[in-house]
Amino acid sequence: MNDVLSWLTASAHWSGEDGIPQRLLEHLYYSGVALLIAAVIAIPLGLFVGHTGRGRFVVVNAAGAARAVPSLGLLFVSVLVLGPRLTGDTAFVVPCEIVLVVLAIPPILAGAYAGVEEVDPAVRDAAKGMGMRGPEVLARVEIPCALPLIFSGLRSGALQVVATATIAATVGLGGLGRFLIDGLAVRDYSQMAAGAVLVAVLALVVDLGFALIQRYAVSPGLTGRIGTRLGAERNEALAPSVTSADTRESGRA
Amino acid sequence: MTWFLDHVSDVLSLTGKHVYLAGVPLVLGLLIAIPIGWLARRYKVLYPPLIMGTGLLYTIPSLALFILMPLFIGTRILDPVNVVVAMTIYTVALLVRTVADGLGAVPEAVTQSATAMGFKRVRRLFMVELPLAVPVISAGMRVAAVSNVSIVSVAAIIGVPQLGSLFTDGFRRDFTDPIVVGIIACVLLAITFDLVIIAITRLLTPWQQVRRAAR
Amino acid sequence: MNRTRTPVAIAIGAALFLLAACGGGGGADPLATDSSRAAGTEDSIVVGSADFTESALIAEIYAGALEAKGVKVKKTLNIGSREAYIPALQDGSIDLIPEYTGVLMQYFDESATATDSDGVYEALKAALPDGLTVLDKSAAEDKDSVTVTQATADKYSLTSIADLKDVAGDLTLGGPPEWKTRPTGVPGLKKLYGVEFGSFRALDAGGPLTVQALKNGQVDAADLFTTDPNIPADDFVVLEDPENLFAAQNVVPLISSSKVTDTVSQTLNAVSAALDTATLTGLLAEVVNDKLDEADVAAEFLTQHDLG
Repeated sequence: MNDVLSWLTASAHWSGEDGIPQRLLEHLYYSGVALLIAAVIAIPLGLFVGHTGRGRFVVVNAAGAARAVPSLGLLFVSVLVLGPRLTGDTAFVVPCEIVLVVLAIPPILAGAYAGVEEVDPAVRDAAKGMGMRGPEVLARVEIPCALPLIFSGLRSGALQVVATATIAATVGLGGLGRFLIDGLAVRDYSQMAAGAVLVAVLALVVDLGFALIQRYAVSPGLTGRIGTRLGAERNEALAPSVTSADTRESGRA
Repeated sequence: MTWFLDHVSDVLSLTGKHVYLAGVPLVLGLLIAIPIGWLARRYKVLYPPLIMGTGLLYTIPSLALFILMPLFIGTRILDPVNVVVAMTIYTVALLVRTVADGLGAVPEAVTQSATAMGFKRVRRLFMVELPLAVPVISAGMRVAAVSNVSIVSVAAIIGVPQLGSLFTDGFRRDFTDPIVVGIIACVLLAITFDLVIIAITRLLTPWQQVRRAAR
Repeated sequence: MNRTRTPVAIAIGAALFLLAACGGGGGADPLATDSSRAAGTEDSIVVGSADFTESALIAEIYAGALEAKGVKVKKTLNIGSREAYIPALQDGSIDLIPEYTGVLMQYFDESATATDSDGVYEALKAALPDGLTVLDKSAAEDKDSVTVTQATADKYSLTSIADLKDVAGDLTLGGPPEWKTRPTGVPGLKKLYGVEFGSFRALDAGGPLTVQALKNGQVDAADLFTTDPNIPADDFVVLEDPENLFAAQNVVPLISSSKVTDTVSQTLNAVSAALDTATLTGLLAEVVNDKLDEADVAAEFLTQHDLG
């Protein structure tokens, strides 16, 4: 423990291209790009599946299968196949992003379609009663109601991506995984442990960041800040979970 | 694929090791997660710290945990037990919340009827609450199983033989065949675990079959 | 009827668990490398290797030769770098591993200055800690190197590492992560040649990442092993090493002293005698280029030399 603290507080480790800030930024960069791409693909797809109910079987099972693909294997095969076809750093960054995107899509997708499906039918009926048509119902009613679960999916995806972005270091890229791999090569346990601690702290910070956004993005009627019994139950959905969105979708399988 | 056909026994042997390294932690993890999840549900004040604490465990990178394990439990550097213990920690991290939520999903009316029928707390837990929590817990187990199969492959970086070894071996030789075979084997293994868990769940929840038939 | 379902389910679960615990498919015992078994039995040897292809290949050769002489062998290959497997050797997790005289000497004695083959071997023997022994060295050598592409060599007129002195500041060096701190790596380049690269990129131990990075231009110079078949294939230029930073690197078996028996030492010495640099390079090319298994290539070599 002391060794880890002394490693973390050594000023030499906070500067230069090997320093903690540099690696943190690289890590956030790899994670952020992957999360963005995954969200752009998964959220519209999930909303579509949830709203129309079409293609649910295919999408759910494909997402499940994608979850089963081992990240390390996918990374290595992508590097071997794509590496020779790309130049410079992209030869390694692109395979890495592919792996992280594949990792992030299932939870975000699950959050999106579960969120839309879970919308109270009474609310949907009321919207139709007010004269809204399909797309309007989706945009003005279903999406806002689905936001808690969408955020739950995003947070779950973010957690997995941040934890797995360490894998970039195995193919010579930067990020916090660098401390793990370099520490591993020379059996410098303090460096490895410090790297692990940094990853965990980053994941926590990212999660808290999402929680903050969620607090202001989600309608108060849903979060229970108005304090109704229904709202209190929705509160449960706001806490971070790796399994909540999946629990809902597989619990009904 | 000719490479696979030439190496069937190697792949099978690695699969067996992978099943052990991913499967044993599933069972151990569940056994450990049940009392912790029960505690989190029983004493509401413990819920946030336990859930947050176990959630934090899941963010520790697997490679770091595999390497640092000998420092914590005094095993030898190349011992597969390091991987098993680390994987159990990850499984517990995933399952505690599921168990707590599963137990919490049992309707209040049911637990009260059980108490009214004379069930004491422990008996009620094992004969009423846990069986009813099985669907939720099994959903969590399925996620944990798939996650375990994938994480165990990372242990190849430190030389622990399992399906992940196919990845590092192929990569070192610039040879995609073993890697592809390894990926397919992992996916098939994850699917197998999934089906087994579904089957056990079906056996443990006969009332859901009745509900299905009645529709 | 319902009452029997739960016990049945639990029984099935327990049976599957036991099945998994017994190793499932190919009869492999997952507990085989457990501490109680690996180094325990007196007449069995655990052969390890570092995490690059040549090391695994030589380890397979050692293992095959020993097995042919009736010694029980277990293999634990691709462990990692020297910093990873020496502790494993010292705590008994492995007993035997192929090594290279020069770097091993420097690992145990940073102040050693010998650079010729015999001098290095003697210094190595003197520097080894108690409990570890080296057997006969082989004529086969494989060294680290500083390698550049033909284009880079032409651009800066490079023939030896010393030529890098003035230009290295603008260049990037690629190598295994352990090179950052090893005396034969980045610090050694600075000390012996005054060469300091602008930046260092941690890649892998002379594997496809390093080759790829050199070809892609991600790094301008890289640490490739001299027996690497990619060097001639891609027209890479190995820079000369007049100061002998990389010293003599003869292949040598590093073994726990307690495991040295007459059979073991005779067998391994015979293998060392049969290996030379050209043969080693050829065998390695079969594994890397032709994608044959290390075990098969090793078996072929042993049969050819009547060693297995």
